[in-house]
Amino acid sequence: MAAITTSPAHHEEVDPNASYLEASKGIGNWLVTVDHKRIGVMYLIAVTIAFALGGVFALLVRAELFTKGRTIMDADTYNRMFSLHGVVMVFLFIIPSIPAAMGNIILPIQLGTKDVAFPKLNLLSLYVYVFGACFGIYSMINGGVDTGWTFYTPYSSSDPAHGGVGSPSAVLPMTLAAFIMGFSSILTGVNFIATIHKMRAPGLTWRRLTLFTWALYATSIIQVLATPVLAITLLLLTMERFLGLGIFDPRLGGDPVLFQHFFWFYSHPAVYIMIVPAMGVVSEIIATFSRREPVGYMAIAASSLGLALLGFLVWGHHLFVAGMSEYATMVFSALTFLVAIPSGVKIFNWVATLYKGSISLQSPMLWALSFLFLFTIGGLTGLFLGMLAVDVHLHDTYFVVAHFHYVMVGGTVMGFVGGLHYWWPKFTGKLYDEKWARFGWFFVFVGFNVTFLTQFVLGSRGMPRRYYDYLPQFQQLHQISTMGSWVLGFGFLVLGTMFVRSLIGGKPAPRNPWGSAALEWMTPTPPPLYNFVKDPVLTRGQYDYHLATDDELYEGYDDPLFPKRMSKESREAKARS
Amino acid sequence: MSREAVTAAHVDSSPPHAGHGAHADAAHHGPVWLAHHFDTPAQQFDTAKIGMWVFLAQELLFFSGLFVAYGVYRSWYPEMFIAASRQLNKEMGATNTVVLLFSSLTVALAVRYSQVGNRKMTGRLILTTIGCACMFLVIKFFEYKHKFEGGLLPGRFYHPHLEHLVHGSPPLPDNTGSFFSIYFMMTGVHGIHVLIGIGVLIWVWIRNNRGEFSKEYFTPVDIVALYWHLVDLVWIYLFPLLYLI
Amino acid sequence: MTYRMLATEPQASSWQLPPAMSDTAPPVDNTYNFIFWFSVAFTVVITALTLYFVVKYRRRPGVRSEPTGHFNRLEIFWTVTPTIFIGILFHVGFSSWIKNATAAEGATEIRVRGKKWVWEFEYPTGDRVPSELVLEKGRAYKMIISSEDVLHSFFIPEFRLKRDAVPGQYSFIAFTPTVTGAAHVFCAEYCGTNHSGMGATVKVLEPNEYQEWAKGLGKCVGTPEECVPERYGESLFAKNACTTCHGVGGTGMVGGSKGVGPKLAGIYNTMQPLMSGGPVMADENYIRESILRPNAKIVQGYANVQMPAFVLKDDQLDAIIAYLKSLK
Ligand code: HEA
Ligand code: HEA
Ligand code: HEC
Ligand code: CUA
Ligand SMILES: [Cu+2]
Repeated sequence: MAAITTSPAHHEEVDPNASYLEASKGIGNWLVTVDHKRIGVMYLIAVTIAFALGGVFALLVRAELFTKGRTIMDADTYNRMFSLHGVVMVFLFIIPSIPAAMGNIILPIQLGTKDVAFPKLNLLSLYVYVFGACFGIYSMINGGVDTGWTFYTPYSSSDPAHGGVGSPSAVLPMTLAAFIMGFSSILTGVNFIATIHKMRAPGLTWRRLTLFTWALYATSIIQVLATPVLAITLLLLTMERFLGLGIFDPRLGGDPVLFQHFFWFYSHPAVYIMIVPAMGVVSEIIATFSRREPVGYMAIAASSLGLALLGFLVWGHHLFVAGMSEYATMVFSALTFLVAIPSGVKIFNWVATLYKGSISLQSPMLWALSFLFLFTIGGLTGLFLGMLAVDVHLHDTYFVVAHFHYVMVGGTVMGFVGGLHYWWPKFTGKLYDEKWARFGWFFVFVGFNVTFLTQFVLGSRGMPRRYYDYLPQFQQLHQISTMGSWVLGFGFLVLGTMFVRSLIGGKPAPRNPWGSAALEWMTPTPPPLYNFVKDPVLTRGQYDYHLATDDELYEGYDDPLFPKRMSKESREAKARS
Repeated sequence: MSREAVTAAHVDSSPPHAGHGAHADAAHHGPVWLAHHFDTPAQQFDTAKIGMWVFLAQELLFFSGLFVAYGVYRSWYPEMFIAASRQLNKEMGATNTVVLLFSSLTVALAVRYSQVGNRKMTGRLILTTIGCACMFLVIKFFEYKHKFEGGLLPGRFYHPHLEHLVHGSPPLPDNTGSFFSIYFMMTGVHGIHVLIGIGVLIWVWIRNNRGEFSKEYFTPVDIVALYWHLVDLVWIYLFPLLYLI
Repeated sequence: MTYRMLATEPQASSWQLPPAMSDTAPPVDNTYNFIFWFSVAFTVVITALTLYFVVKYRRRPGVRSEPTGHFNRLEIFWTVTPTIFIGILFHVGFSSWIKNATAAEGATEIRVRGKKWVWEFEYPTGDRVPSELVLEKGRAYKMIISSEDVLHSFFIPEFRLKRDAVPGQYSFIAFTPTVTGAAHVFCAEYCGTNHSGMGATVKVLEPNEYQEWAKGLGKCVGTPEECVPERYGESLFAKNACTTCHGVGGTGMVGGSKGVGPKLAGIYNTMQPLMSGGPVMADENYIRESILRPNAKIVQGYANVQMPAFVLKDDQLDAIIAYLKSLK
């Protein structure tokens, strides 16, 4: 195959071949940058802060539930705590986490292009996000919201200041925050769709896109088609609270169930905005650490699109007990099950990829395999909720809470953290300490299961969600769950420390530390300003391990886990060529 | 070590062709208006176009929420909607429709002239479009003013002053405030789109005056025109729904 | 209906579920156990395979992965098999649900009103009792649920039943308690500060105990308006001049064959033909809508007369509906 070309050295003021981190210095340069990698890094910092903040709220929620009655806060504070936890985790963390942060950095590189289609729009989306977040912070300073992240009317829309029956908290700024951040999400989606359509390197056919790219493509479609509906819904909601429009408030002639339809028309597809990118990350990791093209490449790609489209048809499963016609209830239940098929196809193909692979259990792979296990549980418990008779019992209990934490934390967060490990060397040029990584993983994995497995049982036994206080028979399980959350928090603390240590004193990372065949590992680490020293032309797919040369895979590379063994392998490889 | 800049090995080592040269050369790789990350003008144009279409799809869904709310309310309170829509000024609405339709024509012509490189006509036509947009807003302003005077306001601010109502119209049911809620939301959101439209039209007008466009490069004119057509299209639906039926 | 058989002891069919106390519980429990074991099977198989492959094909020096081929048969297999499974899952979930969704003939109606933060129960005698719901074992009940302010949700885990109380409309659940004992009513829809405190107790009594308890009912002191909803409704019907158009059973002001508005006596629980095609069941929600939004659904033959919309309070509507239901 093609030979290696080393580009001539350059001696200019701004060396375009210098890494993107060093190309120009100073915070000012970062703030006006249009480089997708820097924008991605800033997003990454923002969503990590949001995650830590949301996590602190979560730990406080769990702490309050440690005993029945008052433990550390009163009911009003508790209600604000879980609402803020939900809002921050959903709108500030999980929606932008993988697409806007990691996708931004990796997508153009995997496409072999210099930047996203609209670099300025990309920067704008970051600023819109930050602007929206400011409204959120404003709301928090003014006492936060106590409506839950779902903002159900009339509780959210009926302002007691005007004689309404609803929430006295700072709902307006918080809904505005979510409204504004929606546009950030839309802009990212528009940008990615155009990028994937028009910016692929020569030779990069649709069938050679990485599965991560496919996942982002599917995600972008949802972002573009679903988010505007949330935007208009929240706009109507703010206006309803502000002017008393009377669209969602029955006392003014409106219909609260209409709000729920509008809200879930966005928010169900939004759960696929959360999970599909994580599935993309997992596809990458499993391919790399099995050294194998994923089995059923086209099926996995198509199932991402399938999820994106089917996701639009099932929103009604959140309204089974809310007052829908029986006919609608039946149809939505039937449609809900359809989404299990593309999800199952993915799971089965990943497992099949392991078969006859060359599997290494380095830290990113641990996260990917955790995803496999936890998402299976989370997804299957989604089927419990899709079954009408069972959902009537389980709706709005801790069973639902456990379900969505298994998919959002066990799924998306595992994918996110796994991706962070996987691409960390590429982003930062530094290696991290594998021992610490495994240590942290262990605590997160165990802590997570202790926290949320118990909640399934709590829910089935009838413990409703959003409860400040509970009946005595639930206390024991709540205590186990809370202790689990401490273990979980400790695990994340370990990981945080590990990454910080890597930034400060980590060893420099080689070009391709995992021996992957994908395009982002073919460019220097960290990548140069325009991603490649020389515009790439693809002559093979990004998973074609049998076509990749040993130099591509192993050049300058020592497996941090098995240095001796892998050195030998690369020595053999060298000898052969 | 990795700074040795290893290119992707499966990157073809064939000699650099147009647009695929090493980024190292300080000289720009194409015309000034070709952004650094595009290889060819055609690519840049197509990308902008597809981006705009995707954005328009988003806009449609944004408005769809309002249309659904309209549909639901109309089916609940048909008589109230009929009575309330009699309070709207059909003549003004119709004039605005004509104004917007005309502006769509002028902006389409602007694109045409821009494509053939006629900067002067492009400029004039864009200005006409902006003029129409302003006229639309002025008319809308008077309509709103009239509604304010009549107390025909959304939601809790709805307090009709009978002397201001259109003569001979059926009495307004108590819950007519909901109609005006929807009316103001729909026309208000549309009006904001008109405002944004004026902004971007001014932007392309200035760039056109600066001579930044040519036969080869007229992408901004084209996509702004696309946006303007959407604003027009939405009004084409709003007018009959609110004023006529 | 087989599921309306009476069990005797509170028993849960799974360690994960609370004791079952009504005829609506067993179908749910069966469904729950079915999906539970279904999921366990899938999780175990997937996890076991993963672990097995991870060990078997762990990376070893000199051993490379096998290039991936095409497995079209396999792809079809694991697309089609789940499709069959989801058909089964839907069927099981739906059929149990539809069984529980239908009320038995002649069920005793109890009105459930949710308001911040208390449940109030109104018995057929007109008595309103907050926070305590007393039921007779073996008797069929229908709950008519409504809310006076924000959303609430009426939830009894032991009955496996839940239904949102939505302001501005009525919702229903039906069941027959099968086991005596006490259980807790929760509010399952977030409703503000004291959401978690919005509870009530349900007591299921043996018939003789129930008779004893029921002696305390019907002792409402006050005007008939306050005590008997039908009376109150009748007076409202007159006060709002409904009688001008609706010749009640031919006795209204507009007597004769056909009044300005349709005859209302006996319409409850019958199908009403509509202008817009398709008959509609005249249940509580329909009557409520006919008063508040009369022109949303127009009865056939009344296209050119318009009934004005009325603005009435919830308990007034309840009373008028009770009155209309009492007309035969
Ligand atoms: C990342 C987010 C995410 C994801 C991916 C999902 C995925 C799914 N969810 Fe979940 N869900 C949420 C986030 C998510 N959900 C949230 C946040 C809520 C609550 C919101 C709130 O009220 O606050 C919620 C609530 C929720 C409800 C409403 C519950 C209630 O309030 O009463 C329902 C009901 O149907 C549901 C169903 C499903 C289903 C069927 C899937 C499916 O996509 C799952 C598909 C996956 C699998 C099925 C597993 C893998 C497949 C196999 C192993 C093959 C074998 C399977 C078969 C043979 C069928 N979810
Ligand atoms: C992405 C979404 C997401 C995530 C990640 C989480 C994470 C967690 N959630 Fe949350 N949760 C929601 C979304 C999410 N949640 C939503 C939408 C709701 C519903 C809200 C509503 O009802 O409206 C909810 C509700 C909810 C409840 C129910 C409250 C109630 O109904 O009364 C509970 C209770 O246990 C809970 C707990 C937790 C816990 C223990 C975690 C843990 O996993 C958190 C672990 C994280 C940490 C502990 C942070 C640690 C970080 C550091 C220490 C810094 C590290 C530094 C670096 C990495 C640099 N969540
Ligand atoms: C001006 C005459 C008029 C008055 C006053 C009036 N109605 Fe009606 N009502 C009608 C007409 C006409 C219809 C049939 C058209 C329709 O369905 O809207 C109707 C339909 C109904 C129906 C549905 C009947 C069916 O057969 O399905 C109900 C219930 C009802 N009215 C209740 C009331 C009540 C309660 C009041 C008083 C609070 C009232 N109406 C006052 C004219 C009137
Ligand atoms: Cu009432 Cu929650
Ligand atoms: Cu959903």
